[in-house]
Amino acid sequence: MGAPDPSRLLVRMEKITKRFAGVTANLEVDFNVRAGEVHALLGENGAGKSTLMSVLYGLYRADSGSLSIDGKEVAFSSPRDAIAAGIGMVHQHFMLIRSQTVWENMILGLEGLPSILPKRVIRDRINELSQRYGLLVDPDASVWQLSIGEQQRVAILQMLYRSANILILDEPTAVLTPQEAEHLFETVRQMTSEGHGVVFISHKMDEVMGLSDRVTILRKGRHAGTVDTSSTTKEKLAEMMVGQKVIFQIEKKAASPGRSVIECRDVHALNDRGFPALSGVTLSVREGEIVGVAGVAGNGQLSLCEAIVGLRRAESGRILINGNDMTNTSPKVVIDSGIHYIPADRKGTGLVPNMNVSENSILKRYWNRPVSKRGFIVWREVFQFARELVSRYNVSTPSIGTPVRNLSGGNLQKLMLGRELSDSPKAIIAAHPTWGLDVAATKFVREQLLAARDSGGAVLLVSEDLDELLAMSDRMVVMFKGRIMGELDDPAETPLEKIGLMMAGDRSGEPLEAAIEEGETA
Amino acid sequence: MEFILVPILTAAVRSGTPILYATLGEIVTEKGGILNLGLEGIMLLGAYAGFAVSYSTGNAWLGIAGAFCVGMLLGLVHSFICVTLKGNQVVSGLAMTMFGTGASSILGRDYVGVTIEGLDKISVPLLSDIPIIGPAFFRHDALIYCSYALVIFLCWFFASTRQGLYLRAVGDNPRAADAMGISVAKTMYFYTMIGAGIVAVGGAHMSVAYTKMWAEHMTAGRGWIAVALVIFAIWHPARAAFGAYLFGGVEAFQLRLQAAGTTIPAPILMMMPYLMTIGVLLFISIRKGKGIVYGAPAALGLPFFREERD
Amino acid sequence: MRLSLKVEPRIETPRFLGFMIPVASLVSALLVGAVFLHFMGVSPVRAYSTIIRASLGDSYGISETIVKAIPLTMVAIAVMLAFTMLIWNIGCEGQIFMGAIASAAVVRYFSVDSRPLMFIMLFAASATAGGVWAAIAGFFRAKWNVNEIITTLMLNYVAINFFNYFIYGPWRDPTSLGFPMTPLFPSTARLTCYCGTRVHAGLILALLLPLISWVVLRFTRWGYEIRVIGENPKAAGFAGMNYVKNVVLVMFISGAIAGVAGMCELSGLQGRLQAGFSGGYGYTAIIVAWLARLHPIAIILVSFLLGVLLVGGETLQIVMRLPLSSMLVLQGLILFFVLGGEFFRKFRIRVVWPEKQSPVKEGE
Repeated sequence: MGAPDPSRLLVRMEKITKRFAGVTANLEVDFNVRAGEVHALLGENGAGKSTLMSVLYGLYRADSGSLSIDGKEVAFSSPRDAIAAGIGMVHQHFMLIRSQTVWENMILGLEGLPSILPKRVIRDRINELSQRYGLLVDPDASVWQLSIGEQQRVAILQMLYRSANILILDEPTAVLTPQEAEHLFETVRQMTSEGHGVVFISHKMDEVMGLSDRVTILRKGRHAGTVDTSSTTKEKLAEMMVGQKVIFQIEKKAASPGRSVIECRDVHALNDRGFPALSGVTLSVREGEIVGVAGVAGNGQLSLCEAIVGLRRAESGRILINGNDMTNTSPKVVIDSGIHYIPADRKGTGLVPNMNVSENSILKRYWNRPVSKRGFIVWREVFQFARELVSRYNVSTPSIGTPVRNLSGGNLQKLMLGRELSDSPKAIIAAHPTWGLDVAATKFVREQLLAARDSGGAVLLVSEDLDELLAMSDRMVVMFKGRIMGELDDPAETPLEKIGLMMAGDRSGEPLEAAIEEGETA
Repeated sequence: MEFILVPILTAAVRSGTPILYATLGEIVTEKGGILNLGLEGIMLLGAYAGFAVSYSTGNAWLGIAGAFCVGMLLGLVHSFICVTLKGNQVVSGLAMTMFGTGASSILGRDYVGVTIEGLDKISVPLLSDIPIIGPAFFRHDALIYCSYALVIFLCWFFASTRQGLYLRAVGDNPRAADAMGISVAKTMYFYTMIGAGIVAVGGAHMSVAYTKMWAEHMTAGRGWIAVALVIFAIWHPARAAFGAYLFGGVEAFQLRLQAAGTTIPAPILMMMPYLMTIGVLLFISIRKGKGIVYGAPAALGLPFFREERD
Repeated sequence: MRLSLKVEPRIETPRFLGFMIPVASLVSALLVGAVFLHFMGVSPVRAYSTIIRASLGDSYGISETIVKAIPLTMVAIAVMLAFTMLIWNIGCEGQIFMGAIASAAVVRYFSVDSRPLMFIMLFAASATAGGVWAAIAGFFRAKWNVNEIITTLMLNYVAINFFNYFIYGPWRDPTSLGFPMTPLFPSTARLTCYCGTRVHAGLILALLLPLISWVVLRFTRWGYEIRVIGENPKAAGFAGMNYVKNVVLVMFISGAIAGVAGMCELSGLQGRLQAGFSGGYGYTAIIVAWLARLHPIAIILVSFLLGVLLVGGETLQIVMRLPLSSMLVLQGLILFFVLGGEFFRKFRIRVVWPEKQSPVKEGE
């Protein structure tokens, strides 16, 4: 690994301020990248990391501050300028055209190409870069057919194809198995050894400690500090990130599971495109336990949740709730039998963004008394319920008449949580419940889920955060391509490697060759 | 057999060409992600402009060019509302239809009953002597031959050229196109204008070549049929030609029946094209179902705003 | 850094803007329309003054404006209801026609002597005809995602042709000297008119419907359901709401209202089916609904305003020999400007000076 060169600054950002309507995302932030270094950008969700990098990449224009590339001051008016200056960014949601092929995506937006595209030249260059950095892709494959890990490789290659000197990776390991993450780190090390600079946005402390040379911490839009990784610890970083001492442990009592509440027997289901999403899933969740579902996004976890609550048709197999066969019943029946679903996509499925807090609070109970009487909605009752919810679950909102789209992610989640948990449900299915939340909100959500489990509820927890799953689950299953690869009765004691291999599709625990297969997205 | 087939095919092509131009123009616009429902209004103003310019200059091709320019202007208005002002694309199209219908009526009120020379039929040597296909496809006016060329050009353009690729990218995922440095707004403006221009040429064909006259509301809903045909064609220019000629055929058939003095009353016959449009849409939606959803530009009709935060 | 114009989404719109913007849009449209008329060799001053005089100049003019506003209000409510679920019912024109045809059929084949019974039948027939006509499109949309804009529009053309068939063919009045029209309705099938004007009892419906729809949307369970489905269909599914059933139901009701509007026009105003039955109410109502920002009570006011335009248009046709479609130009312009105005409602423009950190001027 080449040593970073402190004398040569590839990027220098000084006093960058960026405001959006009503929100200050970055306030006088300083940031720089040296040649040959891996510089991690650490911070809670909402701290302003992505915003800062979007300014660097030309997507946003800073309200004030200066930006220099290789010593020259620049002002980017669009990503085109940034790319020309050697900046490349791999976003959390890859900037790929799914209906087009890898090679077509590779040259997207490139200047100076003739109208009739030189396909062979392009493919050759892709293969050359592919070999050099160990990012194997098939140039003729269509993007929608690739797995998420492969799509990420394409996204990275997109930037390398444009001779990016500085590469920004935004939360890259969120969608990878532990082995794929390791592979990515090797690619990163290869790049820095060639003198490139890599910015690594993350909120995962372990990765930051393991990979980076320096770390910059952002907190609530401000620059909280820049340190050398070698001279700091996880605890110190966490403290800078949150502003106070952070307790990592989750207090968990021993589980005493009761009867089975949710049972799936050999369930098969299709995804929106008609491809198999679930291929024979059998699992059960009992009273008083948390069953975690691990797996890379897109392997059927969300389809499983949807099938259980009646939002997705089960083509075959049985779903039993409290012993009754509820396969393919309407969602209303499932809700009435006490199963509550907290969907991952808050503004999409779980809430109605343009409606206000009180209207959203009754989404799952509007057909029952006391909220509705003889076909009419009794708004007085609605307001009372909403007020109680807001105070009990600490939802920060100007009023219960505020449109929900104005609330922050954390408060949206608290509102949804409150709505779903407010009458002690028999079972909760939580999909990515802490995604995008800051530390305080995350802690709150986890406490609520544990409380539900302690009072006898059955909890099915889907999450991409392995650490969270390991800490919270009493039992764990790993899903891959719609199947359960393995069931772990003692997840905290299972070696991480074994879990990682299961996430990549291997049951036996032995290393597997990575095969390029048809993937799908959840 | 030839006796029946040739006249029907010929009429189908002649009658279907205005719809074909409109469909192709809308495909170009929609590939960029913009929905333009103002085709009826654009066609009518194009028909008026084509007629008026041909009449005053005596040159039919100047008329066609004039129609194209008018179409581009209307496309500019639509782009301004939809791209810059991020207005509702459906309503803007409806407004365009109303405006175009009314404006063409007022502007054209002095031209009712007037005829022009317009475009004459030209037989393509050699090709027009092929049995059946020859007379059906190669004994028309030059604008119809241009439409053949346009179909072929667009097929190639979308599939194999850099500009076509970038256009499709903008319509499928404007966020990604933007992040890769493509100017989404400029692309949308440009292709919406070109698309509208092509639509207007379709209208001009009706007044300058097909009937060589002007009449109020002369397109009778063809603009809307074109919108449906874009879906039926799953945004593919060659299938659009098939659909347009199918329509032309139904229209011609229905007219022939009327002229032949059938017992079926005229209004019932005139329903046929519209019922057929519904039928065609139903057919493609039930059969292809998700196929259409995946054939359509994924971001069609959705406004794009870079500074949007989650 | 040079000064830049920043476009920002608003968190919420100040109250007065919500009122001012539609007004400003209307005024701008009229101004541009004036320019357009001028270039057409029509004096805009003469045209606009004719419009105002004809529609508001005397009590007869006002009553005529109300006559136009009655169907506009009803159909605009129909459009608004469908649009609450984000369904575009562009087919109100056809649904009006179908309602009228059904009413004429009742009068022709099932005429009775009792007036109340007659009207019950007329009401039921026109509501069913219009409702079914719309529900077809609704069903196709809900079940197979067939674009309802196109299907409702196509059904418009079908309905108009259907109408033409009847008035030119089997239902033509033999005493009408060949003109396409049916015989006059008997008095049992005519709505009362007020004070010697042409304002008919449909006025009651036109005033009741907005009120009823406001109550239904705000206070009933079903109103809540359709609002949720319109705002976020995925969340609606998550809450267990039935999409297909509600789409078809809403479209049926929407079409039924339009059909009844057709019946009222027929029974209260014209008394017979004849060519030129509906002056494009189905389309003008869309503008009313949008200009009124889908608010039921505002719809009443805006309908009156557009009634002014329609009455004016008819007079212009007689006095200045402008084709009837010329009012469409103004209507199209109004819609364009309303759309443009929406931009200022959703976004604001700030001028940012590079030296000072805070914005200096707010542009509206």
